[in-house]
Amino acid sequence: MTALGGPDRPDRGGLAGLPGSRARRRREERASALRSTLVALVSTVVVFGAIAFVAVSSPGWSAVQASFLDGSIFASSLPDIASAFLVNIELFLVSEALILVLALLLAVARSSTAPVLFPVRLMATIYVDVFRALPGVLVIYILGFGIPGLNLPGVPTDPFPYAVFALTLIYSAYVSEVYRAGIASVHPSQAAAARSLGLTQAQALRHVVLPQAIRRVVPPLLNDFIGLQKDTVLVSYIGVVEIFRQSQIIEAANFNFTPYLAVALVFLVVTIPLARLTDWLIAREARRGLGGSGRSAQAANALSRGGQAAP
Amino acid sequence: MTTAVPAPPTAMPALRVEGVSKSFGALEVLRGIDLEVAEHEVIALIGASGSGKSTLLRCINLLEPVDEGRILIGGEEITARRVNVDRIRRRVGIVFQSFNLFPHMRVIDNVTLAPRHVAKRPKAEAEADAMRLLERFGLADKASQLPDRLSGGQQQRVAIVRALAMQPDLLLLDEVTSALDPELVAEVLSVIRELAAGGMTMLLATHEMGFARDIASRVCFLDAGRILEQGPPAQIFAEPREARTRQFLNRIIEAGRL
Repeated sequence: MTALGGPDRPDRGGLAGLPGSRARRRREERASALRSTLVALVSTVVVFGAIAFVAVSSPGWSAVQASFLDGSIFASSLPDIASAFLVNIELFLVSEALILVLALLLAVARSSTAPVLFPVRLMATIYVDVFRALPGVLVIYILGFGIPGLNLPGVPTDPFPYAVFALTLIYSAYVSEVYRAGIASVHPSQAAAARSLGLTQAQALRHVVLPQAIRRVVPPLLNDFIGLQKDTVLVSYIGVVEIFRQSQIIEAANFNFTPYLAVALVFLVVTIPLARLTDWLIAREARRGLGGSGRSAQAANALSRGGQAAP
Repeated sequence: MTTAVPAPPTAMPALRVEGVSKSFGALEVLRGIDLEVAEHEVIALIGASGSGKSTLLRCINLLEPVDEGRILIGGEEITARRVNVDRIRRRVGIVFQSFNLFPHMRVIDNVTLAPRHVAKRPKAEAEADAMRLLERFGLADKASQLPDRLSGGQQQRVAIVRALAMQPDLLLLDEVTSALDPELVAEVLSVIRELAAGGMTMLLATHEMGFARDIASRVCFLDAGRILEQGPPAQIFAEPREARTRQFLNRIIEAGRL
């Protein structure tokens, strides 16, 4: 890109006694960049063309086309699918709020050092180990069918709360590890500075360590939430009529798989912007270099000094 | 300019360190430190890196527990068991080599954090006091900036203001100019000079020998975890008694730092 769009700087090649060499080098760089772009374009067309050709010319193509790419079924199923997706959004938002809180508690418990809190640390560690070890679908099955099966008075029979419960339990284990990494990344000198001012351990955590830790882990948190967003379809197994269950219902009614493609499209539309946002946040964080100590500040000072020193 | 005023023997020392030892694993960092600091005294701790200056300051602030010995502040033993650590720390301010400002808080919030949440003062009052302090040290226009927008010298001055905001009886300064570019050292030293003139009791670990000579009422030379020699700056710098002190100072002079 720089070779193509680079600013035309005044030619200072005269120093070397070769006035034309700089211009010639720029021309050569431009030509080489153009060549690279063309090669990439041709290679892309060839590869994807070949894949499309293999699919379209396969013996089963017409059957697949009829059962997966039916335009009229796509159009007629989309409204139902879109409204079922509201259930996924609700699952996602409720679980996410609960996960953010439970995971933070777990991370703080695991990051504690006081001897008296050992049992709390132990429980948090066991929790995180267990729920990272179990396949999510198993947790959803066991909770979704097991708890209502107890027939306890007052226990809901609607699967939605169990879906939220299961997703919260599963994801809190992962998210707590993200938080914990964030807490560990705040330099101990920050807590020491807070403690030296008379803040208690809890106050130092609340006002100094956690705000910095959470800021740093926003991108990986968003990454986990992209996963959560997709995993909301797993609760279809315990009877929540969300987007995937809805598409199965339409599929069964029409003997046609096109609704799944509609589901795929909905997820792409929702998830890709979130992924882009995550990458953008990571890039912004890297640019800012929000560090824990004077280190980044000195780097920033050095940079600004360098900027001033440049002619 | 403060001069060494020998404390009358009956006066309660601001700080008293008795036989303090501290090890990190097998490494003995402090080996029986005895030190008495009277109110309004400015003590400079000098010595090679690793001689125990920083560790001594961190012990006085209870950031490190001592292994042996006692530390008393204003007559109260702070190394006693069951002492309220947080209450002690309010009386002892410390400023670190690497500033350790809170990067996510504006300057004013860095300064008011402890007054608001430790001393439980109302926000408006704490901020008014903080602004007065920032103004006194030429930082009023930086109040609403984040620390990383400030130069190293400004950051260190904010760190000093942050420590002063709790109105400590004793201020510990741990090589506060070591991380600064040479042209930024003077502004920080002038702040310390002003504090000394105002009668603040200070204990400073420093490599700025010229500054120590100017400002200190007493200089302590630390070597391998012991105070090998102490006395008025004129004596320590001009006619040190100990061979190790002479050796250390000669190296400093060779390096052009004195």
